Amino acid sequence: MAFEMKKPSRRQFLIASGLVGGGLMLGYALSGPSRRERAGSAAGAKDGEAMVTTWLKISPDNIVTVYVPHADMGQGVITALAMMAAEEMEADWSLVRAERAPADLAFANEALRGFFLDDKSVPGMLKGVNQYAWYKVAEGMSLQITGGSSSVRYTGQAGMRVSGAAAKEMLVKAAAARWNCAESACTAAMSTVTGPNGQSATYGELAAEAADYSPSANPKLKSRKDYTIVGTPKPRFDIPGKVDGSAKYGVDAQVPGMLHAAVRLAPVFGSTVVSYDASEVLKRRGVKQVVEFPAGVAVIADNFWRAKEAALALDVVFDTKGNEATSSDTIFAAQADAIVNGESEEDVEMGDAAAAFAQDGAEIVAAQYRVPYLAHACMEPMNCTVWLRDGKADVWVGSQDALGTRARVADVAGIGFDNVTVHSLLLGGGFGRRIPVRAGRSEFPSEIDWAVMIAREVDAPVKLVYTREDDIQHDAYRPAVTSHLRAVIGPDGYPAAWENRYVYKDDPEEAAHIPYAVPDQSIRVVELPTEIPRGPWRSVAHTQHTFFSESFIDELAHRAGADPLGYRLALLKDQPRHAAVLKLAAEKAGWGGRLPQGHYHGLAVQQSFGSVVAEVAEISIVDGSPRIHRVVAAVDCGEVIHPDTAAQQVESGIIYGLTAALYGEISIEDGAIVQTNFTDYEMLHLSETPEIEVHFVDSDAPIGGLGEPATPVVSAAVANAVYAATGNRVRQLPFKLHDLSSVSGKFAQAAD
Amino acid sequence: MSVSLTVNGTRHELDVEPEMPLLWVIRDELGLTGTKFGCGIAACGACTVHVDGVAMRSCVTPVEAVDGARITTIEALAETSGAGEGELSALQAAWVAKQVPQCGYCQSGMLMAVSALLTENPQPTDEDIDAAITNVCRCGTYPRVRAAIRTVTSA
Repeated sequence: MAFEMKKPSRRQFLIASGLVGGGLMLGYALSGPSRRERAGSAAGAKDGEAMVTTWLKISPDNIVTVYVPHADMGQGVITALAMMAAEEMEADWSLVRAERAPADLAFANEALRGFFLDDKSVPGMLKGVNQYAWYKVAEGMSLQITGGSSSVRYTGQAGMRVSGAAAKEMLVKAAAARWNCAESACTAAMSTVTGPNGQSATYGELAAEAADYSPSANPKLKSRKDYTIVGTPKPRFDIPGKVDGSAKYGVDAQVPGMLHAAVRLAPVFGSTVVSYDASEVLKRRGVKQVVEFPAGVAVIADNFWRAKEAALALDVVFDTKGNEATSSDTIFAAQADAIVNGESEEDVEMGDAAAAFAQDGAEIVAAQYRVPYLAHACMEPMNCTVWLRDGKADVWVGSQDALGTRARVADVAGIGFDNVTVHSLLLGGGFGRRIPVRAGRSEFPSEIDWAVMIAREVDAPVKLVYTREDDIQHDAYRPAVTSHLRAVIGPDGYPAAWENRYVYKDDPEEAAHIPYAVPDQSIRVVELPTEIPRGPWRSVAHTQHTFFSESFIDELAHRAGADPLGYRLALLKDQPRHAAVLKLAAEKAGWGGRLPQGHYHGLAVQQSFGSVVAEVAEISIVDGSPRIHRVVAAVDCGEVIHPDTAAQQVESGIIYGLTAALYGEISIEDGAIVQTNFTDYEMLHLSETPEIEVHFVDSDAPIGGLGEPATPVVSAAVANAVYAATGNRVRQLPFKLHDLSSVSGKFAQAAD
Repeated sequence: MSVSLTVNGTRHELDVEPEMPLLWVIRDELGLTGTKFGCGIAACGACTVHVDGVAMRSCVTPVEAVDGARITTIEALAETSGAGEGELSALQAAWVAKQVPQCGYCQSGMLMAVSALLTENPQPTDEDIDAAITNVCRCGTYPRVRAAIRTVTSA
């Protein structure tokens, strides 16, 4: 999610190879320009610059296997990316399989070693320093990390589509050569090439010959109107295993001889262990060992429950390093102070906002917003299984970045990158939580680090599992953020100047920017370090800023006595995508029309991760809290690859955002997290789930992400509906902090 | 303490602490991983299994409380629902048809809870479903859970 998102800038091309036993393997390679020619073939790979990151395989039995270098956390990306490759390839979908590419170099190494006809061609590129270099390249290219709603946008467009089209061209060339006819006389369809005189050969039959050709880096891509696979709701490959209990997640790792670890972590962040007494728990049944690490103590046992019970019984003394003085109150007070008195850095400066605010008689509106820390609360508690022996590590984990995990494990274990093998298992939720600490990105250690440190002391594979309490209290949190917003209102009622002062710059950089045509803008950020661990959380900085900006523009609309939809549209004349989704959502929701008694609408719009989403929430107030009846979303994500999973991601994003808006609050007292489990870090349930409608606009925009963009919009849509219902402007989340049973101002009158 | 359990049709005599939750007996002693650990306090339902046909959250169920009981986990849901060898139960098939799971982690518990509800109440109202299905899903599959239930109940 919040990693540096670089667009592929290096030259990209494809490399092909024959498979042992016949067949074709096609990879997507990266290299410097000087190596381009040579790396266009397997021979070039020898030089250590052709680095296969994603590929597809055609077997003699005519099965196409697509290896997807991303984690499928339920977003359907394995299926969607396979569809993109298969479409361009003219493959018979019933003969297409897809797997998560074991995202580590051991796979590339072993697999390619076997697959390349010339065995010697592979090791050079995969040995020694190149492995880490390859990791760095892949990392920058976002090809191994799943986040930033990037999989379909980048890997799919640049990798899968091009690979599929190039493969088709090679298969047609092979057929034309076999039949001694023109390529143009051959047709590829349904995993078969047919010739001018009724000849026919399957892809599987042609694959070995096709491998002799160099793949084109710029193959002709299909036109959208000719698609037969993309744009249809193909059943997801991952579903069957998720309804019969056979799907294996990280926490399900079973390694012969494996022991179980539970931890007693210091409640106060930044603490270290001073002392502990393990004598009692070491006498317990099944307890093997007690291991100390910087943030706590682990109990190793032959069963997780025994380890957990013993860990709870341990008496541990921690040095809290003075951090016990930190609380939510001190953090928010420091944020408010920093915004007023701190040194700010430019985010956006446009026109002359300072002059606009300083003008005599300027009509200024000001509002202060803030949101708390949030935990991810993935359904599968954090876990990591590590077996360290003989200078090698095997790791079983569900990670959003298997290569990043591999690098981190190597760092913590103090062993070489090539001595670490990551066995990727499914993720029971990600949402940004399962992106490992990466060099230079964050100083906050995680369960991956602890698992390695624990495994170093244990003479067996050891599975560390966090309890739900560990998970809630030792997350890398969505940061609490405060924003002070001001606007100068022009004579026409529209904002002439917009000012935002907020703390903590996070990714993506554009999160605090506004789409509205306001001539003078000053958006500035103040950095404010804290010891509370932070991390990317579904849609990252958009979660805070969409709530701030889209609530504040709503304030300005109401102040002007304008319809919030019309007010926005007037300011979005240069933003046709925003305007289109707003209009579509409003139309489908019946904006401005009759609603059931006591029901009110609110809307919001935001562009994030390349997609624009508008949502209209229909709410009523029940016992002082908003009850959400219906959410209508309109989405411009460019082309829709898989309409069903696309809609599912929007539904999911809305429910994730709604849960946070209604209930989400991680608070800090005495340096520690207050919340413990789903009882006090509450979740939306089936009974509270609104009716959700998702509409996609027909769009020629570049493909946008979908895992995240629906999430940030809903909090503002609900807040704006709450204002419409009650006249109460909620400027702090979550809604559970507010009693909305009384209506205020003009609304009190209107409600009578 | 020795406990006798019949899990998915197989009888086990186990020497475990009486207070060990059934969840950890199933996962760590029997090695059946389809039943999930979510919260440990019966607040999410990921660990739901059937005890003599009734949905129970196994993370807070001491194994001594189910001594002698017949336990069904997700791995045997199809079989105990009368599905043929290698086939899914009607409910699981509805889950596939509606493409319900996302990350899938909560779905074992969700399916076990729903199948127990439908055994007891084959034609639940929406209110019945709301009251009975309190399992937590962080991916937000709730609309599809309801839709999948409806394909079975209206059949």
